[in-house]
Amino acid sequence: MDLSKPAALIIGGGIAGIQAALDIADAGFPVYLVEREPSVGGRMAQLDKTFPTLDCSACILTPKMVDVGRHPNIELMTYSEVVSVAPPPEGNGKRGMFRVQVRKAPRYVDVNKCTGCGSCAAACRMKGRVLSKFDEGIAKRSAIYVPFPQAVPLKYTVDPTVCLFLTRGTCGKTFLCKDACPAGAIDFEQQEEIVDLEVGAIVVATGFDLLDPRLKPEFGYGVYPEVMTGIEFERLSSASGPTMGKVVVNGKEPKDVVFIKCVGSRERQRRREQAALGEQAALGEQAALGGVPYCSRVCCMYTAKHAHLVRDKLPDARVTIFYMDVRAFGKGYEEFYDRVKHEHVLYRRGEPSEVYRRGDKLVVQAEDTMLGKPVEVEADLVVLATAITPRTDMPQVSALLGLERSPDGFFQEAHPKLRPVDSLVDGVFLAGCCQGPKDIPDTVAHAKAAASSALRVLVQQTRENS
Amino acid sequence: MALKTEPMVEQLELMGCIQCGKCTGGCPVARKTTLNIRSLIYNMLVEPELDVNAHPELWDCTCCFTCVERCPKDVRPAELVIGLRGQLVESGHIPDTIGAALTGIFRQGNPTGIAREDRMGWANGTQIKAAQEGCEVLLHVCCTPAYDPRVQVVPRALVKAFTAAGLDFGTLGTDESCCGNEVRRMGESGLFEMLVEENGELIRSVGAGRLVTVSPHCFNTFKNEYSLSGGAGEQGSGRAGEQGGRGAMEVLHYTQLMAELVEQGRLKFSNEVKKTVTYHDPCFLGKQNHIFDEPRAVLKAIPGLKLVEMDRNRERSLCCEGGGGRMWAEGTNLQERLAFQRVREAAETGAEVLAVACPFCLLTLEDAVKVQGLDEKLRVMDIMELVDLAL
Amino acid sequence: MEAQPRIGVYICHCGVNIAATVDVEQVAEFAAALPGVVVARNYLYMCSDPGQGLIQQDIEEHGLNRVVVASCSPRMHEPTFRGAAQQVGLNPYLVEMANIREQCSWVHGDRAQATEKAKALVASTVAKAFRLEPLEEREVGVVPGAVVVGGGVAGMVAALDVADTGFPVYLVEQSDHLGGRVAELNRTFPTLEPVVELLKPLVERVQNHPNITVLLNAQLTGVEGYVGNFKVEVSSPSSSTPSSSTFDVGSIIVATGYDVFDARRKPELGYGQYPNVITSLELERRLLERSLAVDGHTPKSVAFIQCVGSRDVQVGNPYCSRVCCMYTAKQSRLVRELLPEAHVTVFFMDVRTFGKGAEEFYDEAREKGVLYRRGNISEIYRRGERVVLVGEDTLQGRPIELEADLVVLAVGMEARSDVADLSTLLKLPRSSDGFFLELHPKLRPVDTAVSGVFLAGCCQGPKDITDTVAQAKAAASSALIPLIRGTVPAESATAVVEPELCAGCGMCVEVCPFGAPALDPLWGVSRINYVLCKGCGTCAVTCPSKAIRLQHFTASQILAQIDALAV
Repeated sequence: MDLSKPAALIIGGGIAGIQAALDIADAGFPVYLVEREPSVGGRMAQLDKTFPTLDCSACILTPKMVDVGRHPNIELMTYSEVVSVAPPPEGNGKRGMFRVQVRKAPRYVDVNKCTGCGSCAAACRMKGRVLSKFDEGIAKRSAIYVPFPQAVPLKYTVDPTVCLFLTRGTCGKTFLCKDACPAGAIDFEQQEEIVDLEVGAIVVATGFDLLDPRLKPEFGYGVYPEVMTGIEFERLSSASGPTMGKVVVNGKEPKDVVFIKCVGSRERQRRREQAALGEQAALGEQAALGGVPYCSRVCCMYTAKHAHLVRDKLPDARVTIFYMDVRAFGKGYEEFYDRVKHEHVLYRRGEPSEVYRRGDKLVVQAEDTMLGKPVEVEADLVVLATAITPRTDMPQVSALLGLERSPDGFFQEAHPKLRPVDSLVDGVFLAGCCQGPKDIPDTVAHAKAAASSALRVLVQQTRENS
Repeated sequence: MALKTEPMVEQLELMGCIQCGKCTGGCPVARKTTLNIRSLIYNMLVEPELDVNAHPELWDCTCCFTCVERCPKDVRPAELVIGLRGQLVESGHIPDTIGAALTGIFRQGNPTGIAREDRMGWANGTQIKAAQEGCEVLLHVCCTPAYDPRVQVVPRALVKAFTAAGLDFGTLGTDESCCGNEVRRMGESGLFEMLVEENGELIRSVGAGRLVTVSPHCFNTFKNEYSLSGGAGEQGSGRAGEQGGRGAMEVLHYTQLMAELVEQGRLKFSNEVKKTVTYHDPCFLGKQNHIFDEPRAVLKAIPGLKLVEMDRNRERSLCCEGGGGRMWAEGTNLQERLAFQRVREAAETGAEVLAVACPFCLLTLEDAVKVQGLDEKLRVMDIMELVDLAL
Repeated sequence: MEAQPRIGVYICHCGVNIAATVDVEQVAEFAAALPGVVVARNYLYMCSDPGQGLIQQDIEEHGLNRVVVASCSPRMHEPTFRGAAQQVGLNPYLVEMANIREQCSWVHGDRAQATEKAKALVASTVAKAFRLEPLEEREVGVVPGAVVVGGGVAGMVAALDVADTGFPVYLVEQSDHLGGRVAELNRTFPTLEPVVELLKPLVERVQNHPNITVLLNAQLTGVEGYVGNFKVEVSSPSSSTPSSSTFDVGSIIVATGYDVFDARRKPELGYGQYPNVITSLELERRLLERSLAVDGHTPKSVAFIQCVGSRDVQVGNPYCSRVCCMYTAKQSRLVRELLPEAHVTVFFMDVRTFGKGAEEFYDEAREKGVLYRRGNISEIYRRGERVVLVGEDTLQGRPIELEADLVVLAVGMEARSDVADLSTLLKLPRSSDGFFLELHPKLRPVDTAVSGVFLAGCCQGPKDITDTVAQAKAAASSALIPLIRGTVPAESATAVVEPELCAGCGMCVEVCPFGAPALDPLWGVSRINYVLCKGCGTCAVTCPSKAIRLQHFTASQILAQIDALAV
């Protein structure tokens, strides 16, 4: 990296962070891309196929992940977090650099030696006993793991919350992982590292969370194994997922699949409670009340896509989507919606009220507002399109950078129409869903927009310094 | 009778429907009957079976195809009505009068059931060339103009005009049979396919370059559902695509040919017809085939004639309720026919004459004028009757 | 290359994508026996870091000088594997890929047959690899500067970003003012701020910016050159003294905006016939002037009809125009505020209020008394001085007729009618909806098939101001990259003329779509500009003297591939 030039810091290695990093790095500036998880890729890596083109998500994402991993101008800092950001000193009318501290958590694996062979994970005593976060708890992994096979960097990491040695001080007589590792890469002595950086511009690309469906108990999530969320369905449907892409529930292929949209989105019934919590506290905590007033923007399309995937994989299955509106607004989206309908996906207008069991089926109860009467639809699989919410650590990230939040809990942009990527802090820019829900094309555009803003700052600083 | 919905949903691709309501919204009879085509489509989608017999309102549809013209997802809702009627026909659940009309067409080639041999009675003894001998323009007279005394004046006037223009034209004489447009729309697809085959062969054998019809209904089916114009039938006729070339004919409604003759100066109007006229766009000519200007051009060419427009003209012309088999059935809807409202609208323009270009419109609108006692104010005339006065 | 080819072959499992259908071990074994092959392996994910590490290790340890990766389509990972080779000093053009996924495992079911086909594909690719030659990687200098076509919000924002970064920008605007369509609006959603407050500072910044040259009443009339080195001709045809100038720039941003759907194409709605029926844009003007009277009367009933010209196969626009639900919510609210006594109804099919603050905005519209009724209005006719909307309320399940004094049609967006010229000039493809086509709908929303030309705003597809600004900035970022770097890479696999064989017939000049070959005036032989050349091969197959060689796809390579398949 050419450190004679001012650098940029990208916080978050999902598609937004990756795109912003690539644009800035391609222009010739050094970039630090800090990602909390052991691999970059974010949510997009969890997806099966993307709408409306039905491109395999990993196929279009991994080239970018690889680019970011090998780009001469990008230093990839995974399994790391930004712990402090000191604002730049002002002086002589020029703005200086942000001083940033990044904590690189110990993987307990020497990345220079690890080849990603996986022998450690195969040998681990906890193999098959740890719920995989990447697979949304549908699959299990070992205590030493990579989040997914195409991870960048493909280096193993020991999960300190479940590793027997790290939690209890002992792992049987011998470290099975160490014994299995042909490269001698495992090192439990490894310490965290604090790295000091000076950067001229910061892009925040920390992404989003999803509503906990247990906050809507009427749908039976967590009680009925046949009820799952959209993101869980993505993992189920993924060819590289826990079931190799087979849509199987309770060991059987579902015959009746029902999709419920707007689970937690477009809800206002908790307004009074939200107001009572006080404005600041209400930000982002709305989600904790089980409902958010805004539209999550992507669910209509991903539900149509899910329905298509089900019809594709299970030609005999009956698929129903319950909806309030169908928001197929983007390029090619309405045509995709038309296509899915022609594939015999039945759209029924009406927001279901509850899901309950009847024999070995579930029943989804709703009013079909086109028929004008209540209906019950049987299902073997119910998929909930849960709301996109601000990340639970928004308050901490806000405090770190001095960022404001909008009433919906996401980061506040400088102006809702004309400055969608500028935060209210000079030199700090917003990219992707941390500013509000978006689909992939809008996220990429947003991230490139943030890069443009960052580039201006960096070029200016280059001129000032020379 | 319980119909399994899936096959028809599949065949008609009803899944594309987004329930926007434009079909029912624009349906001229929806206001007067329980027929709700959007709701029917939805029921086809959500229920595994439909009791077709429980929907006698299916006979209320006039097949004006407003729904088809306007559906933003190209679902063609009226085809569902036709398809469901087909089920009723198969099970014999049809109004007697419709049954009689179908039988007449089958036996005598026309819905009145009057003998085929009498089909040329309208010509009043005038010798008309038999098209089978070869001609450039084949005139298809159509059943109602052939047999109904009120309407017979129209083909007579056409003959006079064609002769004056020096056209080489002929008719199929008593070999001519019902075109089948209404047959298909009444759900009798078997009879329709038979007519398409037999008529098609006969018409093609004539070798004429052009086929001209008196009725827009015949025009519609010959143009879009037979394979006469060189392309595949669009609306699911019996034939698959036949290429153009050999036997490819131009299919026209008489107003198109008349407009051409007027423009080419082959028709001279020597008499003045000093009347204020308003023109009613027939559904099968205007709405469905977008022919709005030619009939008006003919009227405007008549010296002394003043053309005024109704508010609901062209694409919004109010269906007279003569189509879709409604000439032979009352359906479930015993309320005032839309024709009654239509003639009131015509009268409001101050016109003396309500001009039409369709035999069904002629009959239903005239009936509406009589029943409402508007004969003093308004006279219903076919365009050719006005042309006849001008020639 | 003088040395004997030493080829490494790598068969990728791609998880189960390939391995489930193709017996990858068998293919690797087969490959090991092919001429020139020194190493043959199979691995789970070749594109992963360790997968690439395998290749790099083998290059170093086994002295490989050719690499064949049998995996997915080169469109996925060709740069990945080339990069991996390059990192350890092997010329990237000595790497070739065999597509045994999209062209084999993903389209065939029979394992035995798929495996045989994979073997054939690998044999063919190895035969080519045997004959590969290293190619030069070249870079071209970039002229610092950009042209932005279109002076609406998109164009202005893109221009500002590029100019703020220190590069000269020529902003070419067809009309006599900046501001585009937004200048015709009254207020924007969801903040309801007056547009003039939004636009004025933007326009002023553009006009006063030292790096931006604004050319009004001007059009693009000629474009020559290639990324980094465009010669752009701008003319002012309409002025009394027509003039034209040429600018040398590195990047071009297209921000030409959209046309509004002509509501006369829906004659059943009575637009153009009844003064009561107006379009949403016309309402904006009236809201600005605060005059909603129709024929001197204050409307008692105002109706909005959504999706006019959008989501409508009958007019050839199956797509959604994206902004109308929000602008109708905005307009209906404002109408309620201006006419508190009036009934305001919105007829819709779906309500697409998806943006930040949008759903809340829609909620507030309804709270302010706007009635939303679900049903797409079928036709409008006159009744006295009012009009009647004929439709079905699908939630009530019955046909309705609503009398109204003022009807507002939410007209959609269409690709500009005059965009065909620009399309031809810049060789920009269009999508089926008529708007300009981006390079990849998910991951490359502002890049086009033409390097150095980028899209901003509604010319690529309908969007609101917020998304337009983001996209314009995104286009600026793409445009800035070559400008800041100062160089762009040029295609290596270009066509080359053997001068001794060239007869100077000029056929290559005629057939080339990119204007790359030119006859040297002195020597009378063709020379190919390697920067313009895209390596399509048209000239090579046209040349009657076989004087043109397409590097990386030479006749001997291709024939070897075919021969290997025929065995």
